[in-house]
Amino acid sequence: MDLTTTYMGLKLKNPLVPSASPLSKDIDTVKKLEDAGAAAIVIYSLFEEQISFEAAELDHFLTHGTESYAEALSYFPEPEEFNLGPEEYLNHVRKIKEATQIPVIGSLNGISTGGWIDYAKKIEQAGADALELNIYLVPTDINQDSREIENLYKIILNAVKANINIPVAMKLSPYFSSMAKMAKELDEAGADALVMFNRFYQPDLDLNELEVKPGVVLSNSNDLRVPLRWIAILYGKLQASMAGTTGVHTAMDALKLVAAGADVTQMCAALLLNGPGYLAQVLSDMEKWLTEKEYESLDMLKGSMSQKAVKEPAAFERANYMKALNLYSATV
Amino acid sequence: MSRRMVTVDGNEAAAYVAHKINEVIAIYPITPSSPMGEWSDTYSAMGQKNIWGTVPQVVEMQSEGGASGAVHGALQTGALTTTFTASQGLLLMIPNMFKIAGELTSTVFHVSARTVATHALSIFGDHSDVMATRSTGFALLSSNSIQEIIDFALISQAATLEARVPFIHFFDGFRSSHEVQKIEQLTMDDMRAMINDDLVIAHRNRGLSPDRPVLRGTAQNPDIFFQARETVNPFYDACPDIVQKQMDKFAKLVGREYHLFDYVGAPDAERVIILMGSGAEAAHEAVEYLTGKGEKIGMIKVRLFRPFSVDHFIEALPKTIKSIAVLDRTKEPGSPGEPLYLDVINSLTEKMMDGTLPFASFPKVVGGRYGLSSKEFTPAMVAGVFKELEKESSKRHFTVGINDDVTKTSIDFDPEFSTESDDVVRAVFYGLGSDGTVGANKNSIKIIGESTDNFAQGYFVYDSRKAGSVTISHLRFGKKPIHSTYLIDRANFVACHQQFFMEKFDLLEKAVEGATFLLNTQAKADEAWDSLPKVFQKEIINKKMKFFVIDAYDVAKKTGMGARINTIMQTCFFAISGVLPKDEAIQYIKNAIKKTYGKKGDQIVQMNFNAVDQTLANLHEVQISDKVTSEKEMPPVVPAEAPEFVTKVVSKILQGKGDEVPVSAFPVDGTFETGTTKWEKRNIALEIPVWDPDVCIQCGKCVMACPHTAIRQKAYDPKHLENAPETFKSIKLRGKDFPDNWLYTLQVAPEDCTGCELCVEVCPAKNKKQVGKKAINMHPQPPIRKKERENFDFFLKLPEADRKTVKVASVKGSQFLEPLFEFSGACAGCGETPYVKLLTQLFGDRTVIANATGCSSIYGGNLPTLPYTTNNDGRGPAWSNSLFEDNAEFGLGFRLTLDKQMEFARELVKSFSSQLGDELVTALLNADQSDETGIFEQRERVEILKEKIKSIQSPEAKHLLSLADKLVKKSVWIVGGDGWAYDIGYGGLDHVLASGRNVNLLVLDTEVYSNTGGQMSKATPIGAVAKFAAAGKPLPKKDMGMIFMTYGNIYVAKIAMGYNDLQTVRAFLEADAYDGPSIIIAYSHCIAHGINMAKGMDQQKAAVESGHHSLFRFNPDLAKEGKNPLKLDSKPPSISYEDYAYKETRFKMLTKIKPDRAKKLLDLAHQDVRSRWHLYEEWAAFKYGEDKEGEE
Repeated sequence: MDLTTTYMGLKLKNPLVPSASPLSKDIDTVKKLEDAGAAAIVIYSLFEEQISFEAAELDHFLTHGTESYAEALSYFPEPEEFNLGPEEYLNHVRKIKEATQIPVIGSLNGISTGGWIDYAKKIEQAGADALELNIYLVPTDINQDSREIENLYKIILNAVKANINIPVAMKLSPYFSSMAKMAKELDEAGADALVMFNRFYQPDLDLNELEVKPGVVLSNSNDLRVPLRWIAILYGKLQASMAGTTGVHTAMDALKLVAAGADVTQMCAALLLNGPGYLAQVLSDMEKWLTEKEYESLDMLKGSMSQKAVKEPAAFERANYMKALNLYSATV
Repeated sequence: MSRRMVTVDGNEAAAYVAHKINEVIAIYPITPSSPMGEWSDTYSAMGQKNIWGTVPQVVEMQSEGGASGAVHGALQTGALTTTFTASQGLLLMIPNMFKIAGELTSTVFHVSARTVATHALSIFGDHSDVMATRSTGFALLSSNSIQEIIDFALISQAATLEARVPFIHFFDGFRSSHEVQKIEQLTMDDMRAMINDDLVIAHRNRGLSPDRPVLRGTAQNPDIFFQARETVNPFYDACPDIVQKQMDKFAKLVGREYHLFDYVGAPDAERVIILMGSGAEAAHEAVEYLTGKGEKIGMIKVRLFRPFSVDHFIEALPKTIKSIAVLDRTKEPGSPGEPLYLDVINSLTEKMMDGTLPFASFPKVVGGRYGLSSKEFTPAMVAGVFKELEKESSKRHFTVGINDDVTKTSIDFDPEFSTESDDVVRAVFYGLGSDGTVGANKNSIKIIGESTDNFAQGYFVYDSRKAGSVTISHLRFGKKPIHSTYLIDRANFVACHQQFFMEKFDLLEKAVEGATFLLNTQAKADEAWDSLPKVFQKEIINKKMKFFVIDAYDVAKKTGMGARINTIMQTCFFAISGVLPKDEAIQYIKNAIKKTYGKKGDQIVQMNFNAVDQTLANLHEVQISDKVTSEKEMPPVVPAEAPEFVTKVVSKILQGKGDEVPVSAFPVDGTFETGTTKWEKRNIALEIPVWDPDVCIQCGKCVMACPHTAIRQKAYDPKHLENAPETFKSIKLRGKDFPDNWLYTLQVAPEDCTGCELCVEVCPAKNKKQVGKKAINMHPQPPIRKKERENFDFFLKLPEADRKTVKVASVKGSQFLEPLFEFSGACAGCGETPYVKLLTQLFGDRTVIANATGCSSIYGGNLPTLPYTTNNDGRGPAWSNSLFEDNAEFGLGFRLTLDKQMEFARELVKSFSSQLGDELVTALLNADQSDETGIFEQRERVEILKEKIKSIQSPEAKHLLSLADKLVKKSVWIVGGDGWAYDIGYGGLDHVLASGRNVNLLVLDTEVYSNTGGQMSKATPIGAVAKFAAAGKPLPKKDMGMIFMTYGNIYVAKIAMGYNDLQTVRAFLEADAYDGPSIIIAYSHCIAHGINMAKGMDQQKAAVESGHHSLFRFNPDLAKEGKNPLKLDSKPPSISYEDYAYKETRFKMLTKIKPDRAKKLLDLAHQDVRSRWHLYEEWAAFKYGEDKEGEE
């Protein structure tokens, strides 16, 4: 079965790509993922805030309490240099490139146009085949205009694109007032791919301790619905490739995204839960289904159930809500 | 040959050379020499090689005794070896020094000379330590300045290799070791040229080797020892010429000329001063000034003090000499004179006896002491000495620089006399440790020193308190080399970096006419004049000063700098002082910022750049009014009702005028009344906790956690509320331990709180309507200071809890007990002091504390004010510090005395049974003193005993009267840090615990030498970065709890208040109750961990939860009952080691230095804590009872 796909210009042997996650922190795990059939890998994100925070934190604690008391003018030895920039991350990119044959996609996570944009160049120089920009922004300022926020995405994309030659994917949140327009604008601004969607950390409340508990909730197959809808809607309307992420747990999940129009499907939770070898299972199940259903290639499936390809395009729109509601009432 | 000009301090200068001409360096931290070891360790860690192309080995030992042993061993096997030390550290090396010298071994010890502790410890400089080594056979070479330190470090090494006499190269602690100067750095070629490789090889070949075996270190008998000891004489005879030869060689090579005795002054001088050390620089300045005015005076700088060359000395003196003053920076009570004085007398006398004295007559010679413990020594004092020599009857053994109104040794001098030149910029900066003032000034010196032709000097005066510490920087810049080895007292630039200093110090007292005053203030430029206290306005007008202001905290806030105003104030200095053209200076500052912060990331650099740019726009000159408009007076330093010693002496010290206090004001034997911190209201907290009674659950946790005893609780009868201040808060008391109608108050000491927030962090009660609020919440201090001061005063007058009825074995109950340790100068948020305070609450009224040198001795016993205090009965902890290394033994001595005296008292009581009555005698001898009631009753019996015995007239009755109090149970606590317990004092600790005596050891385990600046100890955990473990400690922490449990008869507890405060209370009570030796190992978070101190208790909890510091109590009394004595008090590791460790900079920074090694060490740590936990579990599950049953 021909499972090949093209994702922002990269020829991939299949559409299964582990997404930016702790899976890529360990080289052995990355190798296992490659052995299991991963077509490419997105490395965990280099976080802007983390770099800034660690630099500020280190500076604070290395100087805190110094030059105050005659017997202890400092409390730590002064090393020649610190790896405070992206060096650790870049080394990791290099190591993964050396250890694997598959395309390696770096990931940069931030919300400003500051010095961290330079890291994109460094990730390219470290050997990444592409870069995923993860603009992790939860707008909380009630005075901030939505257009301002949307523009920020484009400004950052432009800044990065101007700096590097490898393809750039934008990982987005689904919370735009006009998702479709936003996708179009990013497409026009030169995004080589859109990754839909980012899974923000959602805090929880602990009522016993009366505390807000930050944390990650892993996805399940039901979470697939959001990317599924938007990929189906956007398919055929953009130049950029599309990756579906969040909720890809089974071969059927992946196939659905491809049918909606995704060029690749990014997996994380299922691999964290079942181990890197699980990817081989998904791949084999996909192949089995396509064979059973007499598809000639994956490409035949791609976009076949997008909004423009289905009989009832309204199924992806508001009418679908009303119908779903009716069905729900009927079953109660 | 071109040599770099560098701006370095004395320690760096010495270490720079020592590291390049040695192969092995064995060290141990001691102030002020520690940085020499740290520099050496850093050089080796960076792979810097010596002149032979190999990286020297640097090893930290467990004590100076250990370091000198390792040095001796390395020398004996042929390595070029050195060490660095001072004070007591040097004294611990003396036994090996005799050996090293006796074996004619080439080595140089670099010593930053420091006061040896006598009536008190002092970290500052004098020659009492090096003078104590005179009989070892080491040569003693003195450096007077930073340039000389780098030069003599090399000359001494060259000399020792040729002479085979070992050397101490010494310079004055702090004044030279910490003074920053622009000097010429020697090159590797200089060092290669000075060090003769043939001599190095000869030294190596004298080393022990099985390939050519010899034996050194024999035991000799009366028949031969003496003769063999005399064999070294030719070497000592030759040594002075060899040193001069090396000095001459150095002069040819480098251009700086030195002699064994350097004369400065008029060729026809009649009066001459002789001295050595940094004071010689001040004397040099004075002599040049006075000879310029035509005075026939001179001075001799003694370089080589041992071997003392009489011929060279006599030759150096001008032939016209009539009188000599020999100044010693040391005191030898009982001696006919101090060492240098005696040498001078001896030299002159011998020459006279030989008939070779080259003077018209035997000159008048007097000796004087100066500068003990870094006491200021100024050109004015030098001029005073010359004046004294002019007198017909000069004081023969005088002191200068103090007012000795007891034995009248002190001589007068004119304080107005000054040699300061007008072409030298003299700037004084008053800052806080936390605002980065000193760092910025060090930076400024480097900028000026390295970017211009100017010479630069910086000296920094620090606080003896660690929280809210004040720093004073003294900076000089000028076209000529600077010899002024004394503080600036005529400043042409004064900067006040903290507005509140205006209430505390007369900062402009030392400003000269036309000086510039820079103030960091929130007042706008047009309000600034009126905001000044009256005295400041007067001085500014009278001295025609310029006045500039900036709101540096506002600039810092807006540029993301937080509380660090260093860069901002530095920019102000350059902008207005005119030391450099402004634009040029700004560029230099930015270059320096890049150099300093570059490795910490671009963000930090940009933030500082931004601060520089914003500064100039916010710096304003203030129009000075021609009349005083302010009515503001400076508040009194201490309240009028304070005891006389506090108002007369302590207040002077607090004002920075301790130099003015006369000898008669001091106790003769170093004994001080306790309880004086309460008179010093420091007001260093910007915010203080405010109690919300409605939310409070009255648990007492905040009271227990407070490191500064600044938050307290009381339970009391409502009747006491009469006359309470209007804002005094109280609420119905919860619980059943007191009468139903009683009230509860939690009160903050607003002026003593440091604002550390530890109390708020440990508070478990949250406001149900707004969970971000707790039962105590931080609030700005100034607006509530006054009313909370009144409330606290009222609170103190409420009755203390009745110790007989309080439920002591609980957190809440124990916190009703009066603390007898309060308001110490420990770091804000200190992890040690809550344990110390608890100790005083539980046993303070019957405790004697032996305290090892370290943080706890500094915050416990550093003048001007003392935190240990007394209760209303006048009882409280009696405290003493002996040394660092002997604390366990010192405390055992307390126990031996108490046991003996109690035994004697009991014997005497028995002998008086007929007079005292059987009932009293039996009750006294069989009293159950296991709880507070028992102790109270015994005290009452003792009072009866005293009354009865007073009426009996016999020697035995007199003795019994003096010993009666010993019949009340006393608790001996031996307190110290991990440096003492795990390293230097470990041998003694082991012996004392093995003695079986009833002593209690409290180890305040910060896992690092905190007081000397974070050097590794054997308590340092694997993976932690510390000084001497720059690449992360590769080996695990010594498990001292486990070691001492193996004895079986020692009570051992590992505690961490942040994890289980109840276990902490129980451990203290059990340790005290156990009639044998006890040790408590108390995990203490520390500023040296690189943590947010407000989260200290959280980190304690994490340390336990990760298994790093598992809690247990091992009580041998349980074994006697057939039970397992080991009780685990924490759960199996429940969080990863990473989750604990990487919240602390000491661990986290390794991931930023050596990430792979960090990961490896983290894995090892993880394995270690788990296997250790299993070991504890196995032991705790072991069935002691079955063993007992198996016995016949």
